Amino acid sequence: MSANTSRIMSDSLLEVQDLSVSYHSHRGTVQAVRNVSFSLGREKLGIVGESGSGKSQTGRAILGLNDANAEIKASKLSFDGIDLLNADNATLRAVRGNRISMIMQDPKYSLNPVMNIGKQIMEAYRVHHKSSRREARERSLAMLEAVQIRNPERVMRAYPHEMSGGMGQRVMIAMMMIPEPDIIIADEPTSALDVTVQQQVLELLDELIISRGLGLIFISHDLNLVSRFCDRVLVMYAGQVVETIAANVLHEAQHPYTRGLLNCMPRIDAPTAELPTLRRQDTWAIDQAKVGATHVGS
Amino acid sequence: MLEAKDLSVNFGKGRASFQAVKEANFTLYAGESLGLVGESGSGKSTILRAIAGLVNSWSGEIELQGRGLIGRNRSMVFRKQVQMVFQDPYGSLHPRHTVDQILGESVRVHKLGDADKRVLRLLDEVGLSANFRFRYPHQLSGGQRQRVAIARALIVEPELILLDEPTSALDVSVQAEVLNLLTHIKRDRGLSYLLVSHDLAVISHMCDRLLVMQHGAIVETLTVQQLRDKAPTQAYTRELLNASV
Repeated sequence: MSANTSRIMSDSLLEVQDLSVSYHSHRGTVQAVRNVSFSLGREKLGIVGESGSGKSQTGRAILGLNDANAEIKASKLSFDGIDLLNADNATLRAVRGNRISMIMQDPKYSLNPVMNIGKQIMEAYRVHHKSSRREARERSLAMLEAVQIRNPERVMRAYPHEMSGGMGQRVMIAMMMIPEPDIIIADEPTSALDVTVQQQVLELLDELIISRGLGLIFISHDLNLVSRFCDRVLVMYAGQVVETIAANVLHEAQHPYTRGLLNCMPRIDAPTAELPTLRRQDTWAIDQAKVGATHVGS
Repeated sequence: MLEAKDLSVNFGKGRASFQAVKEANFTLYAGESLGLVGESGSGKSTILRAIAGLVNSWSGEIELQGRGLIGRNRSMVFRKQVQMVFQDPYGSLHPRHTVDQILGESVRVHKLGDADKRVLRLLDEVGLSANFRFRYPHQLSGGQRQRVAIARALIVEPELILLDEPTSALDVSVQAEVLNLLTHIKRDRGLSYLLVSHDLAVISHMCDRLLVMQHGAIVETLTVQQLRDKAPTQAYTRELLNASV
């Protein structure tokens, strides 16, 4: 176990320790993320939880993309020796998109509606690499082929509204892959897609991640999906990680919250008259850092 | 209870015309839950909207208890018999009306009288305390809003409820609560449901029979038992089933 852990540590691309995100307003402080720690190697890490659990805020905090009034704290937030928390804007710009990129949920809102696909992908490449238009164009076409778009020439000229959801999401993946990042943060990348299309997009993402040796943070509310797709899963509740578990044994999860979430989903092969509901316990939301502190004190 | 014969829906005119539903035939029996499953754009919601009188250009026949429906006109009798619950609990409630106004409006429109008592009874039935009566939708969570939408449908004591993706905007834990609520109400009141969902697991939990739709056409009708026995005959249904397990 310890040998295994140290191997992951030495390969680790991203180190996050005690990450907290809070929002201050005149009504008081909301702690969206509380003391989240994890490291990411060249693997597929899932973050699951319900809406409001802090999973998206965690993903965004890595690139400092939270709203302007967010206060982000961490004892360590480092990527390849770069301290992301205290980096200046120029350093952050060199990381964002180029070395860590982000795939959003809905291509309809994340692509520029008045720019054709080709220009957007070429821009993504040329912002980060000095290159001629011609080279950028060739690379974009190759990338569109890599995401299995059948007629890349036509798609290059098309506008986002002419794409189906699945195609739009492939374009997004192409755009995020083309600067050749080390880490991809995907925030509900397939939630807006139909199940059969979802499967195709995931297979594609999986192939690209493995063949290029990337690290992936996969944020989702869908436990089944994460357990099929990822290597390791963080389960978040009320801003904290309540359980970290290997994805293939997610169905044997121990924490009552994870168990509750798994049980309350209807299943085709196991009919019940009534679905078990999740009984939330106050103890799940207790600040684990403070509990730890009292233990040390007493 | 409800029968559709050669129901087609067309959008647009001339060359730009698009047939969203292609000659759908189905029957919903009294007391039954019938599921409509398919991917986005398959026409499943359009069928509900045609029944509810929310689309103009449908052809074929829709009969409710033997009486044919015409165009977008729906009688007061129909509106009392059939109610609809929409997908988005954020968009389907008036943002500047309190829960009391939202529920009270139906009572007034249908001249049912005794609004006070009805509103309180309905809130209780959908599992909301009387405290919620004077709140606005923005003060409610997604699950609570969907409970209000269900209460609004129930308050006129309908026989059939059209459910358009009633839980797909909700977390799974909240989905379980809302589905249980729908199960209880159906049992207590002997309702019929026509439930649209993209989620085969939700359909199999709630329904007795289901229609599988693809590209506007009903490709297969099967019982939930046949679905569980992995007995679909159509390749498309099998594909959906594989993607959902």
